[in-house]
Amino acid sequence: MSGPNTDYDPVEVTPLKAEEVEAAREAALAAIDAATSLEELKQARLDHAGDRSPLALANREIGALPPAARKEAGQRVGKARGAVTQALAARQKVLEAEHEARMLVEETVDVTLPTDRVPAGGRHPLTTGADYIADIFVAMGWEVAEGPLIEAEWLNFDALNLGPDHPARTMQDTFWTEPAENHVVLRTHTSPVQARTMLTREAPIYVVCPGRVFRTDEYDATHSPMFHQVEGLAIDTDISMANLKGTLDHFATQMFGEGIVTRFRPSYFPFTEPSAEVDLTCFVCRGAQVIDGVMCRTCKGEGWIEWGGCGIVNPRVLVACGVDPEKYSGFAFGMGIDRTLMFRTGLSDLRTLFEGDVRLTTAFGSEL
Amino acid sequence: MKAPLSWIKEYVDLPAELGIEEITERLTMLGLKLEAIETSGAGIEGPLVVGQVLTAEKEPQKNGKVINWCSVDVGDANGTGEPQGIVCGAHNFGPGDKVVVILPGGVLPGDFRISARKTYGHMSAGMICSARELGLGEEADGIIVLPADAPAPGTDAREVLGLGEEIIEFEINPDRAYALSMRGIARDAALGFDVPFHDPAQIDAPLADGSGYPVRLDDEGCDYFVTRVISGFDPTAPTPEFIKKRLAATGVRSISLAVDVSNYVMMELGQPTHCYDKAKLSGDIVVRRAQEGEKITTLDDVVRVLSEEDLLITDDSGPIGIAGVMGGASTEISETTTEIVVEAAHFDPTTVFRSQKRHKLPSEASKRFERGVDPLLPPAAAERVVELLVEHGGGQAVGVTEVGPTASPETRRPLTTITIPVDLPARIIGLDIDRATVVKSLELVGCDVTVSGESLTATVPTYRVDLTDPYDLVEEVARIVGYDKVPSVLPRRATGSGLTRAQQLRRRIGRALAGAGLVEVVDFPFVGEADFTSLGLPADDPRRNTVKLANPLSSEEPGYTTTLLPGLLKVAARNVSRGQDGVALFETATVAFPVDQAAPIYGVDRRPTTEELEKLLAAIPRQPLHLAVVLAGERTRGGWWGAAETASWADAIDVVRRLGSELGVPVEVASASRAPWHPGRCAVVSVDGVELGHAGELHPNVCKAFGLPARSAAVEIDLDLLISKVPATAAGPVFSTMPVAKEDVALTVPVDVTVAAVEAALREGAGELLETVRLFDVYEGDQVGEGKKSLAFALRFRAPDRTLKAEETAAARDAAVARAAELTGAVQR
Repeated sequence: MSGPNTDYDPVEVTPLKAEEVEAAREAALAAIDAATSLEELKQARLDHAGDRSPLALANREIGALPPAARKEAGQRVGKARGAVTQALAARQKVLEAEHEARMLVEETVDVTLPTDRVPAGGRHPLTTGADYIADIFVAMGWEVAEGPLIEAEWLNFDALNLGPDHPARTMQDTFWTEPAENHVVLRTHTSPVQARTMLTREAPIYVVCPGRVFRTDEYDATHSPMFHQVEGLAIDTDISMANLKGTLDHFATQMFGEGIVTRFRPSYFPFTEPSAEVDLTCFVCRGAQVIDGVMCRTCKGEGWIEWGGCGIVNPRVLVACGVDPEKYSGFAFGMGIDRTLMFRTGLSDLRTLFEGDVRLTTAFGSEL
Repeated sequence: MKAPLSWIKEYVDLPAELGIEEITERLTMLGLKLEAIETSGAGIEGPLVVGQVLTAEKEPQKNGKVINWCSVDVGDANGTGEPQGIVCGAHNFGPGDKVVVILPGGVLPGDFRISARKTYGHMSAGMICSARELGLGEEADGIIVLPADAPAPGTDAREVLGLGEEIIEFEINPDRAYALSMRGIARDAALGFDVPFHDPAQIDAPLADGSGYPVRLDDEGCDYFVTRVISGFDPTAPTPEFIKKRLAATGVRSISLAVDVSNYVMMELGQPTHCYDKAKLSGDIVVRRAQEGEKITTLDDVVRVLSEEDLLITDDSGPIGIAGVMGGASTEISETTTEIVVEAAHFDPTTVFRSQKRHKLPSEASKRFERGVDPLLPPAAAERVVELLVEHGGGQAVGVTEVGPTASPETRRPLTTITIPVDLPARIIGLDIDRATVVKSLELVGCDVTVSGESLTATVPTYRVDLTDPYDLVEEVARIVGYDKVPSVLPRRATGSGLTRAQQLRRRIGRALAGAGLVEVVDFPFVGEADFTSLGLPADDPRRNTVKLANPLSSEEPGYTTTLLPGLLKVAARNVSRGQDGVALFETATVAFPVDQAAPIYGVDRRPTTEELEKLLAAIPRQPLHLAVVLAGERTRGGWWGAAETASWADAIDVVRRLGSELGVPVEVASASRAPWHPGRCAVVSVDGVELGHAGELHPNVCKAFGLPARSAAVEIDLDLLISKVPATAAGPVFSTMPVAKEDVALTVPVDVTVAAVEAALREGAGELLETVRLFDVYEGDQVGEGKKSLAFALRFRAPDRTLKAEETAAARDAAVARAAELTGAVQR
């Protein structure tokens, strides 16, 4: 509140003089302009737009003027106050933006700091590899068949034309369970799944079976008592070796890329006739046999590597499994998944897959 | 099967320009797979010459050894024509003998460089060689002594020794028994290149006159038995060099002329034969089954107890041979044998196979008999043996006896005939193969082929015992036309329905666990008692009852596991020992529980009936799919954010809860006590009241036993069960978007009251307005008093249709607390 004014003049009040108002405005704008922080601007606001600021005080004096003078004085002060308010708002905006920008700079972190509070997990490459293979066949309209790892001797051998005295039984070193008269074995191949599938499904049949198998092999860099195979079986009218070759070529290309195909060599398996060994174009030299003038080490300069076995399903197997060999023919194939995986990934020691070191799995992540 | 190329070439007119690579490539594509090509004497360089020992002075050495200081005539090979002074440690030679000498500057296999050097007080200039030193065999029974008529000293010894011979090693499949002979390999080579074949079995054997050694067949396991007798044989006659060389090339040890000739004929024709010392035979040879408990000492000087299933060659003295497997020691040819009985017979393959397996006595003979020998070979093979023995050992052949149904064309089994539709090979191979090609292919194999309309009949030659079925003929056509001609044609598109739900869920479980930071491992399923003891399983725990392996890899691990934990805990410990500060592992695999039933062996001439199949499947051990998890050491890493957190029982239980929420299955958790878990920190996890398995902290003793960090935690559940509980379709949730009302309550309860019980009571009391209840603090201490704990819960209420009034929320909260008080003795603080 202003005190009694000794210079009271009802016509002309000093604070309302044009030059006074102008000076107050100039001072206010200068202060606002000079504010370099939000705090300084706050002070400038108090000083020049607050209740006790010259312009506010001047405004209060307007009522003391005679009515005729009020309008002009009011306009003068109002304009000046408006300019100050505007300047404050503008400056506020600028300073806020500056402040924000500074804050963001100050909050900068080193984004290369480690972030792995919870170590990463992963699926085993044998699992993802089996899935990968299964998906190639599922995409062709095949289904995935399964069977137990401990299997009836009849399904593992007899039904597949491996009779009790078949010399080929000595080719497979079988883990037998006790007592022997129970006729139960650890399956030596995924082929009993073929038998199970034919025994339980109607033709046409197109199934693939990735799975674990056992043989009494010593454990070393290339042999393991437990390993993995993928079995394929197609039963339909007029299935031929050409269809087998077409399917395996497709599989090879999907698995190893364009330009990788298969080659058949005559072989012998009791459950197929004719039988063939399948070779794969060497995926390292891609069949060229040499790399930069040096013999390819992977295929030993052959251009091919052994991949698995296959053939036309022996009609004796069809009969034992209830498929009419007069009406249907079929093909079957089997490959080592472990071996296929080693090809694809360049792993050199089979044991790496089975000793459970987390560094193996985490290197592959969750998909192959 | 090793075969010198020169031996094969004796029976087939291969074009001279054909290299060994082309020959083996063609044979491989015909089914005789090349294993390796080796050249005898590879690695020998420099002067290898015939030497003649002039003097050999025995000189005892301080080390007890006696050496020979020899003077050896090596002709002009040493450049001087003077005798060469050589020290030799062997003693199987003397002055006058012709030997093989490598002179200084030469190299023996293994990059063994020869130079003149001082040894045993002499300057030894070269070496007198043994077969082993030349890489020609494993025998080291002394140096090679050449026959007296060997070329003059100084002659290059390579020719004399037959070095440089190319030897092909084939991997012969069990169905191609015929290829276990030069005869069979040459026959395939002939058809492979369409050139003439000269059958070494086409020889004129004298007709049977009954004057060979008398034989009686008392068992059907032998259908043909030929005996020939040689008298006046010189037992000291050496084996001729060409036989020795060829046997060495095929990997057969030279023993004596009679044995060597028998082996030579087996390699040549594929027919095993046997020679007896006639003087040691008493009475007729009788072929019969053994009597239980009968014994024989076989040629390897092992006494073998025979089974009633063994087929024997016997005389009045008892067993003198296990048919087709191995001869007996008592009638063995010796250095005094002058009268020889030669046996060439045909035996039942299964009988031979079983005897060989029973006595663990696989031999070159049994390998051929069990796969199938040409049943008409015995007379030719016997004649060939006699011919070679008489030629190289003197004496004369004095009689031929042939017995058995196969001996006479009238009683012989007729030849196998197979009839197929003419187009069967084309259809099955998937290649346009004309009728003429089919006929010609089968004729090349040796079949007599007749075609009548659309049907073809092939009469199979006796040497192809493997050809019995229509598809066997398809394979013969395929291999001759060439497997490389098979086109690549995808089958008509299959129309499957993708992965099954269980297969999808299994993948999803694996991904969810990996996403939660768990690493999958694959492990062997073999366990032993020690594993169960380490787990602390009680003596009567059913998990100790495993499916037992008859032939485990390790006698310590004879069982197929019932639990994945022992393997997984070992893997975890391995990772810790390799420097991991924390491991979080999972494994999914089937385990096995025995069922005490025998699986039947059915015939294969028809499908088993549904009942038969059920019986078969019921006898297979139950094999549920399990999931095991182990969390050991750090669960989260330490870092700039703070300290590492150690895995605990809670992390283990959370794995199961997370899986439940991933699959849309509510998992129930209750306390339990079960090995190998800590008795106070083990949960049984269930769905719909069905127990899935257990989770929690491992017993401290178990951590110690497996070498795991203290407080390691583990899970094992039945995944098949969990998957079976997953709803086929998930029901969409209904939720309100009205504002939430929050109320916290702190309740004091006795320490033994579970959070789950209090939570359930709160839910029940709060009624339908309650949306969630979550424990956010547990406190035990002075402020709540002895034997009590304080549980702080955050309750969230929401109505479906309106904003809740404060008094409604308060009423619901009070009702919740009241119910908790009623059911659990909770007191609000």
